[in-house]
Amino acid sequence: MNVKKRSLATATWDFFCSLKLTIATLILLAITSIIGTVIQQNKSPEEYLQVYSESTYQILDTLKFFDMYHSWWFLSLLGIFSLNLISCSVKRFPRVWKTVHEPVLVADDALFRTLSNVDEHLVSGSMDDLQGRLGTFLSDGFAAPVVTRVGETVHLFSQKGRYARFGVYVTHLSILIIFAGAILGSLFGYKAYVNIEEGKATDKVWPRGGEAPIELGFSVRCDEFSVSYYDGTSRPREFKSLLTVLEGGKPVSEALTERPVIVNSPLTYKGITFYQSSYGPTGDPVFSFKVRNRASGETAELSVKQGQRLDLPGGGAFRVADFTPSFQTFGPAARIEVFPAAGERRSFVVLQAHPEFDAQRGGDYIFSMVDYKQRYYTGLQVAKDPGVWVVWLGCAMMVIGSMVAFFMSHRRIWVTLQPVGKKTGIKLGGTAHRNQPAFEIFFDELKKKLKTEIAS
Amino acid sequence: MTSSQLFNIVTVSYFSSMVLFVVYLATRSKGVSLGANIVAYIGFLAHTAAIGLRWYESYQLPGNVGHAPLSNLYESVVFFAWTILLIYILLDFKYKQRAVGAFVIPFAFFAMIWAQLQLNSAMEPLVPALQSNWLTYHVITCFLGYAAFAVACGVSIMYLIKVGKEEQSPDGSPVGGILSLFPSTRILDDINYKAIMIGFPLLTLGIVTGAAWANYAWGTYWSWDPKETWSLIVWFIYAAFLHARFTRGWVGRRAAWLSIIGFAATIFCYLGVNLVLSGLHSYGG
Repeated sequence: MNVKKRSLATATWDFFCSLKLTIATLILLAITSIIGTVIQQNKSPEEYLQVYSESTYQILDTLKFFDMYHSWWFLSLLGIFSLNLISCSVKRFPRVWKTVHEPVLVADDALFRTLSNVDEHLVSGSMDDLQGRLGTFLSDGFAAPVVTRVGETVHLFSQKGRYARFGVYVTHLSILIIFAGAILGSLFGYKAYVNIEEGKATDKVWPRGGEAPIELGFSVRCDEFSVSYYDGTSRPREFKSLLTVLEGGKPVSEALTERPVIVNSPLTYKGITFYQSSYGPTGDPVFSFKVRNRASGETAELSVKQGQRLDLPGGGAFRVADFTPSFQTFGPAARIEVFPAAGERRSFVVLQAHPEFDAQRGGDYIFSMVDYKQRYYTGLQVAKDPGVWVVWLGCAMMVIGSMVAFFMSHRRIWVTLQPVGKKTGIKLGGTAHRNQPAFEIFFDELKKKLKTEIAS
Repeated sequence: MTSSQLFNIVTVSYFSSMVLFVVYLATRSKGVSLGANIVAYIGFLAHTAAIGLRWYESYQLPGNVGHAPLSNLYESVVFFAWTILLIYILLDFKYKQRAVGAFVIPFAFFAMIWAQLQLNSAMEPLVPALQSNWLTYHVITCFLGYAAFAVACGVSIMYLIKVGKEEQSPDGSPVGGILSLFPSTRILDDINYKAIMIGFPLLTLGIVTGAAWANYAWGTYWSWDPKETWSLIVWFIYAAFLHARFTRGWVGRRAAWLSIIGFAATIFCYLGVNLVLSGLHSYGG
């Protein structure tokens, strides 16, 4: 009974420590992730039923393919990935720690046999003299050595870049930290949206998924919203809201009063961030026109709401039937319908940028649009994410960790001095844990320098 | 001299270089390979100047619409070709294996010819969402990563060809003909690994800068958008590759295949997502 239990535990441990599991999990994560890119995620059942048959829809829904990245099976796959990561690191880390903190100071023949970079010399000279010179040689050319005396033999050991061995573990840990940050964010944060009309304020935001609104604990007022276009086009250049943060009806600070918020420049207060996302008209625009009587030359300034029928001085009436802030390359334009006292209704376009445009129409009245006022609402994305800085920490660790793991190398050099009769035998050996070809080149140079050093 | 004239010169240079590399494979003449390299390097210099000039030209347009030339499909394809040359040049300095040029320069040439013939090269002003320095950091890191993966793919193809022929030839005698010009399979495997070692941190940085930008613009650093998800798929594949090196049975051929599949996924991430799927990135391409 006992033997079976132990081997099950060992078998499980070995399973989670295997690199084959790593490769399999990574490939599975890659393949399954494709599903969510070809099947649209988080749409309504009606939208899916337009594309899939009833039975297909049921199958895909049971498999949780419509929200697969939050499904139990995908999260389990991520869980196995994390367990694999932790087990592999726990298994291998102690040995790496030992290599870094308890280096092998004494190189015996067995060690020299494992090294591919070796060199041997037999020189005349006292052990003490050579020990000193080789110590200096190593310090100048590589790193200051640690000297150990074992009986008659003197061992010198130098190393460089030993902390490079931790690069891999930092990278692996960073993944777990990113997961932790994401979990923190989803447990303690939220994503919401809110529309604020110009001039109005709100102290609530509405989370995605249509639940009850969330109280902010403060108010945000939209003082103004504006769209600007690239000259002579209908392409938007900038969407800008001026927002003020209020507590108890008073602005909280100078900086957060009429603070411009545009895409890529959000506003943050008390851990909650507001992002410029969309906008729309609210209520009808109000226009002011200058209307000139062609015959008499008299002008009148009239203010009218869209769709409102207004009498013209001297008979007849008009109304604004339609409006666009950007008519091709001509800027704001209104379509006006005139109802003369006698005669048919006429319809024409007036351009704000060209006040005399309407004169060529030849009508009884000449219309110029002076200005229009359209109230907008600004659409803001609202997000609270206490885990986001944990995620950035993880990302930084991942980038730095992987660069250390790839581009830095733990290099070690051993020198052994042994009396051989009246002479001294010198053995030189070195190894690098990464980028061995570069180390070979370095070691060859070192051998040449050693030759000149002992010849002198 | 306008930037579009320069881009035409670049396309012709890469074409000539590609042809010369193929001639080198046929004739095994060192002089030809040197010529191919020189033409590629000249093309790269012209390419650098052309991109800089286009950047400058956008600021000369009226209406204050100047921006770095990284904002639409045409500009990104042209930049991708430039990064392929950059990574090729770096590896050429290190390894001096000219035959690799025959398998890497074509990627750059086909990118340029597609851009020049099929894509809209008009300079458009940036929509508000793209008006950010993050655009530059994100696009540059992603494309440098993509370019490294392109080189790794080219070298993996060479590896599979050579390994296939070597297994067929009797008793391990060296393969003759064109394949004798190829670097040894050991070196090809090494270049494959080194290229991915360069590409993987760059891709990681590309994904991270993308996430940071998304968080700054939309309030969420990860929304499983098809583009984001596919970049993660590419990341998973190359992470598998890196771990395959330490796993018995996964070195050699399987590693080469992972590298090629990884690049196919990279191309789908870059172009397939924009052109075939839907999502937030449809303008980014």
